Amino acid sequence: MRSGRFWAWAAFIVGAAYFFIPLIATLEFSLRMRRGTYSFDAYQVVLGDPRFQATFGYSVVVAVFTIILGVLVVVPTAYWIRLRMPYLRPLVEFITLLPLVIPAIVIVFGYIRMYGSNSPLPFLASARGTDILLIIGYATLALPYMYRAVDTGLRTIDVRTLTEAAQILGAGWTTIIARVILPNVLIAVLSGAFLTFAIVIGEFTMASLLNRPAFGPYLQNIGANRAYEPAALAIIAFAITWGCMSVIQFLARYAPKSANRPN
Amino acid sequence: MTDITVSDPAAARSAPPTSGAGIRLPTQWLGVAPFFLFALLFLILPTSYLILGAFQNPAGEFTLENIRALFQPSIMAAYWISIKVSFASSVLGALIGLAMSIAIVRGGLPNWVRSTTMTFSGVASNFAGVPLAFAFLATLGRLGLVTVLLRYVGVDIYRDLGFNILSFWGLTLTYLFFQIPLMIVIITPAIDGLKREWGEAAATLGASQWQYWRMVVIPVLWPSFLGTVILLFANSFGAIATAYALTGSSLNIVPILLYAQIRGDVLNNPHLGYALAFGMIFITGLANAFYIWFRTRSERWLK
Repeated sequence: MRSGRFWAWAAFIVGAAYFFIPLIATLEFSLRMRRGTYSFDAYQVVLGDPRFQATFGYSVVVAVFTIILGVLVVVPTAYWIRLRMPYLRPLVEFITLLPLVIPAIVIVFGYIRMYGSNSPLPFLASARGTDILLIIGYATLALPYMYRAVDTGLRTIDVRTLTEAAQILGAGWTTIIARVILPNVLIAVLSGAFLTFAIVIGEFTMASLLNRPAFGPYLQNIGANRAYEPAALAIIAFAITWGCMSVIQFLARYAPKSANRPN
Repeated sequence: MTDITVSDPAAARSAPPTSGAGIRLPTQWLGVAPFFLFALLFLILPTSYLILGAFQNPAGEFTLENIRALFQPSIMAAYWISIKVSFASSVLGALIGLAMSIAIVRGGLPNWVRSTTMTFSGVASNFAGVPLAFAFLATLGRLGLVTVLLRYVGVDIYRDLGFNILSFWGLTLTYLFFQIPLMIVIITPAIDGLKREWGEAAATLGASQWQYWRMVVIPVLWPSFLGTVILLFANSFGAIATAYALTGSSLNIVPILLYAQIRGDVLNNPHLGYALAFGMIFITGLANAFYIWFRTRSERWLK
């Protein structure tokens, strides 16, 4: 198996080179702003740009609301499907996978046509309404990941027994979901939340077509007009993605591995 | 982009049957009503609206004229370049990802190689959009590090090799940055599912290494491999941000054409815009129909 190991190393090293060269090149480029020497000028310019702060802040707020909306839509549904209506699972799974089939640009095109100011639900009539529509659109994009994460979490706890125990103690449905089920799948929910954050923070298509001042359109704008700042922004964006994924991995260590009675 | 795995045996087995005792009031539907309402309003209806619009003229009558108009040369060219880029990046991404995945699972490499690769793949498969375009401009753009270094060695990839980051190969090379890791994330569990006993059984029956691969490994992995290729295809087919930030509108792929149409009705016909969107759903939908079919086939082997 010696030759096998040689080829394994070769595949790994060639692959690693393909992934590291662009990152190194971007890092190097981002440091080149001052002539003749490496400096963090590009980062200073970017981080000091009020538009960076405004758009990044906007996107963080949108991401947080997207996560809240996603949790509100997904957790009760996944719980209820597992507890009472398992026969609906194939249909719900199919729906949650649809955003992987229907491109984001098509979904937002549909929104623009359906929710204009003359429609029964005139989201686009006001800026605040458009913000809400953007959050809804992001929640749709995150649906496949959020649902998968929460459903995996629910599989590791004994939903039925927990529910019955809570009911015996006199809890209503809201209490059961908010104070029994949610804390038990919190780690799974948080994994879904950070993945959602990573997807939403730099999203371009929806924000741009809905004309919202989000981070993605700002990135695009800088890319079209500046030389060194885009590279610095790419490194920052990579660091954010990396941070989100690290948190997910870190959380996974604390996730329960299996239920007493998996169902 | 995704953390979804091909195999999900526990879900496939589904939950235990509920006992038929007691009267079920339809109130239990209230529990799932918000989800279905959400999906209907913000996923299904908007999409249906566009699909119906694709088959209507401005007066609201049924027509196939919009679909026929898709076959004009400029739009066909956009679909063609989109399909080519998606096909090349998905097939290459799948093959390279598979090779790397086999290397880290089966190659006898130290453990840290595997865990590092998996972590990095999780990050890189989500590193798409505008920043990815910046990274590749800094690498292979006219002033990019690799371009400049190669020029020192005497190879000008732009002049001598006719390379251009704003081209089919430039875009494909860029898309591979998230396609390969996505393949690794999805296919590694499938390779883990190859049982050691199968290799031993094959060896006991006198199979050579080559026969083991040809008659056991490839048939078992084939459905998940093909399924993932299709997922990667749909993934790059709908992507716009990277291409738009990389090329502006100089490379006319379908999502960029649709973007321009939504912004300013460049086709001078809203219903042709609907047809354009319908064409995209049709192609990714077709690809995903295959994906679901292959997934159900592959799950049988991954218990």
